[in-house]
Amino acid sequence: MAVLDAARSTVGAAARHPRRGLIVLGILACWLVLWLFSRGMHTLALGPAQLTGLHEWLNEVRDSIGANRNSNPLFLYFFNEIRLVIDEFVTFVQSLFARPAYGSPIPVLGWLGVVAVAGYVSYAVANLRIALLAVGGLAFLGLQGLWQESMDTLALTTAAVLIALLFAIPIGIAAGLSDRFHRLITPVLDFMQTMPPFVYLAPLTLFFLIGPASATIATLIYAAPPTIRLTAHGVRSVPRPMVEASESLGATRRQTLTKVLLPAAKRTIVLGINQTIMAALAMVTVAALIDAPGLGKTVVSALGTLEVGQAFNGGLAIVVLAIVLDRVTTAASGRAERARLATRGLAARLRPAALLGGGIAAAVAVWFSRTYVWAAEFPDEVSIGDDIALAVANATDWVKENLVTVTNGIKNGVTEALINPLQALLVQSPWWLVAAVLLAIAMVLGDLRAVLVSIVCIALLIGSGLWQNSMITLAATLVATTIVVLLGLVIGVWMGRSTRADRIIRPLLDAGQTMPPFVYLVPFLALFAASRFTAIAAAVVYAAPVTIKIIADGIRGVPATTVEAATATGASTWQTITKVQLPMARGAVTLATNQGLIYVLSMVVVGGLVGAGALGFDVVAGFSQGQLFGKGLAAGVAIVLLGVMLDRISQAAANRSGRVTT
Amino acid sequence: MGQNRTATTRLALGTGIALVAALGLAGCGGAKVGESGGDAASGECGTFNLAINPWVGYKANAAVIAHVAETELGCTVNKKDLKEEIAWQGFGSGEVDAIVENWGHADLKKKYIEEQQTAVEAGSTGVDGEIGWYVPPWMVEKYPDITDWKNLNKYSDLFRTSESGGKGQLLDGDPSFVTNDEALVRNLDLDYKVVYGGSETALIQGFRQAQERQKPFLGYFYSPHWLLQDIELAKVQLPPHTEGCDEDAQKVACDYPEYDLDKIVSKKFADAGGPAYRLVQNFEWTNEDQNVVAGYIAEDKMSPEAAAKKWVEENQDKVKAWLPGE
Repeated sequence: MAVLDAARSTVGAAARHPRRGLIVLGILACWLVLWLFSRGMHTLALGPAQLTGLHEWLNEVRDSIGANRNSNPLFLYFFNEIRLVIDEFVTFVQSLFARPAYGSPIPVLGWLGVVAVAGYVSYAVANLRIALLAVGGLAFLGLQGLWQESMDTLALTTAAVLIALLFAIPIGIAAGLSDRFHRLITPVLDFMQTMPPFVYLAPLTLFFLIGPASATIATLIYAAPPTIRLTAHGVRSVPRPMVEASESLGATRRQTLTKVLLPAAKRTIVLGINQTIMAALAMVTVAALIDAPGLGKTVVSALGTLEVGQAFNGGLAIVVLAIVLDRVTTAASGRAERARLATRGLAARLRPAALLGGGIAAAVAVWFSRTYVWAAEFPDEVSIGDDIALAVANATDWVKENLVTVTNGIKNGVTEALINPLQALLVQSPWWLVAAVLLAIAMVLGDLRAVLVSIVCIALLIGSGLWQNSMITLAATLVATTIVVLLGLVIGVWMGRSTRADRIIRPLLDAGQTMPPFVYLVPFLALFAASRFTAIAAAVVYAAPVTIKIIADGIRGVPATTVEAATATGASTWQTITKVQLPMARGAVTLATNQGLIYVLSMVVVGGLVGAGALGFDVVAGFSQGQLFGKGLAAGVAIVLLGVMLDRISQAAANRSGRVTT
Repeated sequence: MGQNRTATTRLALGTGIALVAALGLAGCGGAKVGESGGDAASGECGTFNLAINPWVGYKANAAVIAHVAETELGCTVNKKDLKEEIAWQGFGSGEVDAIVENWGHADLKKKYIEEQQTAVEAGSTGVDGEIGWYVPPWMVEKYPDITDWKNLNKYSDLFRTSESGGKGQLLDGDPSFVTNDEALVRNLDLDYKVVYGGSETALIQGFRQAQERQKPFLGYFYSPHWLLQDIELAKVQLPPHTEGCDEDAQKVACDYPEYDLDKIVSKKFADAGGPAYRLVQNFEWTNEDQNVVAGYIAEDKMSPEAAAKKWVEENQDKVKAWLPGE
């Protein structure tokens, strides 16, 4: 009965508060009326080549740093030292398996050695299935004809991730132990994750020069936050009684940390490391723009001659590398617990023997890889890379020829019906009107804090000199996020309700998240031409997977008994979904929306490459042209501000409606 | 327990030996690592850091220079994939020795050559660069007078897209390229809107599709470019360029100037005057030469190295002229 009551009360809560929705509709109606009279006033427009005083000042700062870098003690004794240490470390990792080292024409490990060691380590930390996956995956990279590039990428990723962990885990623990530190660091992490890498690539080469150090630092800025967040989250979620019990037994703070908190949080921390590895791989193509070696270069250079097949081959290698690393680290995080549970059985008894035998075999393989050329350099006679490239090129040609009329229609339809009206409303309204509407919505849906954050963000957006471009980007972002959430709801619910659907769709989602966007830009340009819609489509491909996954997870988390109770009272499938499963998974839906939004924003710059203009274009232009550096930096900050504002309003709204329900 | 341990050990040894045997059979014979001859002698040339800017014409220049430097002068060439602005930054820190196709960039010249004095000019590449507005060839056949800017307004309806807000669309490309288009449209009273495609890829894909599907298209482009060998784009005549007509960026109403694409090297590299520097200084070829190599790379899918090797073998006389005298 209690279950039935719970189901009934959730059903009721969803329908109970229509009033706030009405107020928001009223605000929007007022906006429309005022827009009719004030259209085109105070829109704060700025041409693409125009600069404000702020932008010029940022340029001057950059120039004075560049001019004085050889005499400034901060450089001589600080940045240069950091660069040296990182360069040394990256070179060391490269020498292990990517670059000729120690007077030999090959790295310490040739390809056979790498495959054998990877297989052995995977078996040791996980199981035979994962080990076979690792061996197969790495061998496939070689068959693609991309062994060297893959190892360069792996070396840079490994170095960046190790350095990131060195800082991220202690910072995460500190944030887990101290509320104040946690509050302090959260905006910094938001900043690191939403600031487009294009903005900091050029300044990084100014501080750390062109070379491995800059590429590594660029990667770790973007990749470190997940470990920090999840470590903090893991430490925080350790049950209080456990900590209190340890303290009452007289354990010191240090003992409580190392004996209780960290072991209990281990799984979450490993999940964070796993996310950091994925994020580092996402940076591969961007870092290639400042000469980072590896697969990114393959993708970027294929883009220059529009070779979709070649770019796909490179992208596929990144996906394979990501899947191998993901499955190995995920399995490693679960292994310890499972090993405790299943110490008996044949597999467990054979394991020490297999470990010993595998170790010997791996050692022999290593010896071969250092001795014979066939085991040192991947033989290129058996390459299937060109076949993959050709097949993909043919497939895209077919799609282009047969679908372009349809896709053009979709593009024009969505542009006319959604993007243009929304953009006209946002861009042609006077800035004070948009600001007033945003604050009113923040007030009605959120709380005072959301209003304060919005005021600060709006003021800074105006100060950046890029108000109008921010509004164009905001329009496209809202459209893209809406599509992402709709997809998330439809596919996520479907996956959450059907294990079979989940199993089929999940690999596609993995590929959507790790395939570098540069790979699908060319086909998208063919299908939708250079337009805002192309940018939106690219953003949806990248952002939808995370939203879908989180919603599917939330739906699956709804207790089966509740669902059964609803079905027993005679609810149809549609009613079960809309009245029970979705309301109960509200937390997951909110989180999915937030993540979808952040992922969409992180694609604004890629959108700038395919015709979205506005902030994305400003950022790319700032990276490419010296005079526009300051403006690009301001545009990057504007993207972060949009993200913070939308995130805080929607979070406050979710908290508020959540509180009413319970 | 003891029995168990023995069984385990035996199994382990068995697995190990079997694997060793399998690998041994597979690896029987075969060349050993480090057996074949050593590297080419680096000679007096040493290392040569060459920036590779991301367009195919540049890659053609760089690949040929790198090939000659490696084979004739015994240099170790480090190629670094960089955008222009960052490559210029590298002169000061010694990360970059040479940029071998520079398109104007008066601002960078002022900053790095005059103010910071970390770079110097190293003469022309012999290639002429031309920037302008282009239409696909089928349009010229159908509307022969479209190549005169005065007639553009007559056709602006054709070029309307979902992005151009009721006007004709003029598509611009990569933000690192020089553009006056917004001012030109305004000052020539054209009924067009500049839409920023944001990448060269967007432009090439646009022109390609326009020609294949006979769709109207007007875009910013430039020669030399490998695409022009494939599709003969037609340039729209803007009011002719005169000395200084583009001085005030807001008032520009004339065509782009012709660019003498040149080479820029780091001051240190020039002062040392090594063989690689003299090669860069002497390097000079024609638009046709560059198009041939660019075509090998972009159309025939050859690697830049293979393309350069092929061209150098076929043009020994031109290469000889670049080599530093003894």
